[in-house]
Amino acid sequence: MSELKTLLKDGMWKNNPALVQLLGLCPLLGVTSTITNALGLGIATLLVLVGSNVSVSLIRNWVPKDIRIPVFVMIIAAFVTVIQLLMNAYTFGLYQSLGIFLPLIVTNCAIIGRAEAYASKNPVHLSAFDGLMMGLGFMLVLMVLGAMREIIGQGTLFDGADLLLGPWAQSLRIEIFSFDNQFLLAILPPGAFLGLGLLIAAKNVIDTQIKSKQSLPAEAEKGPRARVTSLT
Amino acid sequence: MIISSMVKNGALLSAFALITTGIVALINAATAETIAEQEQLQLVRQFHEVLSPELYNNQLSEDCVVVTNDLLGPYKQQVIYRAKLNGKPVALVIRHITPNGYTGDINLLSAVYQNGEIAGVRVTKHQETPGLGDKVELKKSDWITTFKGTTVAAEDDPRWAVKKDGGQFDQFTGATITPRAVVSSVKNATLFAKSQFDALFLAPNACKKV
Repeated sequence: MSELKTLLKDGMWKNNPALVQLLGLCPLLGVTSTITNALGLGIATLLVLVGSNVSVSLIRNWVPKDIRIPVFVMIIAAFVTVIQLLMNAYTFGLYQSLGIFLPLIVTNCAIIGRAEAYASKNPVHLSAFDGLMMGLGFMLVLMVLGAMREIIGQGTLFDGADLLLGPWAQSLRIEIFSFDNQFLLAILPPGAFLGLGLLIAAKNVIDTQIKSKQSLPAEAEKGPRARVTSLT
Repeated sequence: MIISSMVKNGALLSAFALITTGIVALINAATAETIAEQEQLQLVRQFHEVLSPELYNNQLSEDCVVVTNDLLGPYKQQVIYRAKLNGKPVALVIRHITPNGYTGDINLLSAVYQNGEIAGVRVTKHQETPGLGDKVELKKSDWITTFKGTTVAAEDDPRWAVKKDGGQFDQFTGATITPRAVVSSVKNATLFAKSQFDALFLAPNACKKV
């Protein structure tokens, strides 16, 4: 039980693929111009992540260490292609607006990272849960960033949601305020960098506050991990 | 020792390659029909936007000619669909491309009646700047509908330019290159349709379903 709790905390907050590991930045920055696109890519990534974690975990005792990476790559590529075909068939409009970023999921390091770091060493149900939590954590950051950019950039929320969810979703569209010219900085890639930076900063501030409240007993000094965004 | 592990690993890798490719092939076969249907639907939706469906009664997507002409775009062959009412020519629906957009090609679909009048124009694909040049999309602005009902007199028709250049079409604040490119591409496509109208209807059908 506590293992599940750790996985939940890691995926959503402590080791969030987008905010802490900074993995999968290309789709993160590319498609978050609206919350609909962010949700679409988030769901696709989540499905690939769970699928690849489960299959990697299933085969973990049969595949020798030397060839595990090419095997993982094949599995992930197969899942991405399958999801891409399914989205092309059933959510055609969204497939077109996500464009190149859908096949690019294959290069999202968060996926091979979880396969290698977790699923190849743990049983199926835990790997599936890990994939689910990491995927949800990634999707939530995508959505928050998408919502921020959409509100600041074009003053709406859920614009084009019907592409993902069907015609009924057209009523989801909220016009918060309208302006003649869109705020370009938020829509173009620099806005995504700024937004992500602000989110990481906010996370660090919250972490520091939690820590100062707890006043933990002194921990043994650990070497810093490579490429993470938390301060210690 | 090393040989046997090589053989074993090679066999395992090929097994995985076979399985994963097999799964992809299966899903591909299962979705191919739906994807083709979706593309067909998309095409029909685009036709309806540029040309009102009551005006013709043939299967538009199955009646076309393929043309290579500088007026329609610099590189590829372009498809022209032929709308007929009871076998009589009504209008041409032309795919054309302009390379003069601000960021790359703009793909367009224009419908032109027999008398040279434009029935409708839509941008089908572009990469123009969001918030500026992307107002050529109907979703962002109704600018593209101003082409409806216009005609082109000749190659040097002064009305066929943006207002800044003395013509009749609005430019966008902060983006003149995009509308300029669209206006001149629509003008060229219309001129081509006008001059070749009868010849295009006589040409053999290149989209016939077998």
